[in-house]
Amino acid sequence: MSSNARFNVFPTRMALTNMKSKLKGAQNGHNLLKRKSEALTRRFREIVKKIEESKMKMGKIMQVASFSLAEVAYTTGDISFQVRESVASAQLKVRAKSENVSGVQLPIFEHYIDGQNAFELTGLGRGGQQVQKCKDTYISATKVLIELASLQTAFVVLDEVIRLTNRRVNAIEHVTIPKYENTIAYIISELDEQDREEFFRLKMIQKKKNQGKEAEENKAIETGELKTGTQNILESIRDEDVIF
Amino acid sequence: MANLLRERSLLALIGDEDTVTGLLLAGIGHIDTKQKSNFLIVDSKTPLATIEETFIEFTHRKDIAIVLINQHVADMIRQLVDEHDQAFPSVLEIPSKDHPYDPAKDSVLKRVQRLTGDYN
Repeated sequence: MSSNARFNVFPTRMALTNMKSKLKGAQNGHNLLKRKSEALTRRFREIVKKIEESKMKMGKIMQVASFSLAEVAYTTGDISFQVRESVASAQLKVRAKSENVSGVQLPIFEHYIDGQNAFELTGLGRGGQQVQKCKDTYISATKVLIELASLQTAFVVLDEVIRLTNRRVNAIEHVTIPKYENTIAYIISELDEQDREEFFRLKMIQKKKNQGKEAEENKAIETGELKTGTQNILESIRDEDVIF
Repeated sequence: MANLLRERSLLALIGDEDTVTGLLLAGIGHIDTKQKSNFLIVDSKTPLATIEETFIEFTHRKDIAIVLINQHVADMIRQLVDEHDQAFPSVLEIPSKDHPYDPAKDSVLKRVQRLTGDYN
């Protein structure tokens, strides 16, 4: 950015007042945005920490879930085909709620159970209990996954918003505020210049006026002699210097 | 935005047979009126193009909120997964039975680490 960029305004006192109030506004906005960015960053770090924790937790819970599926395979036999074929409509769904963090809507997924169990008859012959257990394990695993997914979405959204806010903060700090300051400096210097010109002009007029006055006085004196007829002895009688 | 979010209620899944079976048992499976399912079973015979197409389809569907994908499958289409930077649907890499979870490969964790590296 060129350091002497300024707005194209006419240097008047009114423009100066306007610019000053605008500068004030920009500074206020800068402070607010900076604070917003800080709040978001704080939140962001919390989320990052949580994501790392839940990713580790997810690894463990998926392991447990896989093991329970192996148990089912052991007692019931392979149920994957049966399960796949009896899928109709989703029972476990998510609902998105949004949370407001300093003006940013962060989505939060919430799971809910909708409809009835599609696999009621799975494992009816044997291993029904294992199937049920496995189902519960996988449901709790899914809960962790959904939680993680909402964290992750929040992460992506926040990341974007933080970058946007920082960009704005920097733009105000490094472009807008200097521009206003330059404009104000320009207006002040122009006004000073005008003041000096005005002063000089006044002086000039004064001088001209004085000259005029003097000339008139001189004239008046000259004509005054004739008019009044009273002679000033000291002035009017020329006394020639005596040269020896 | 709220309306947009409300429509997204499903979870989609791309994974190996065991993962799919388990999560279907939990009840995330959905087949809509056009006979389109929200899951794909990947085995050694599944062509890469199918996985890519399915991933793209899931990330563009309006009723899916979360796409779960096994990490080893995500590795196969890493380019696509890394390119997906939208908030919705969120793509989540999950471990599978045969492939232990490696945080270093996760595209989101990679970003997390890069950012924390930047911030600290």
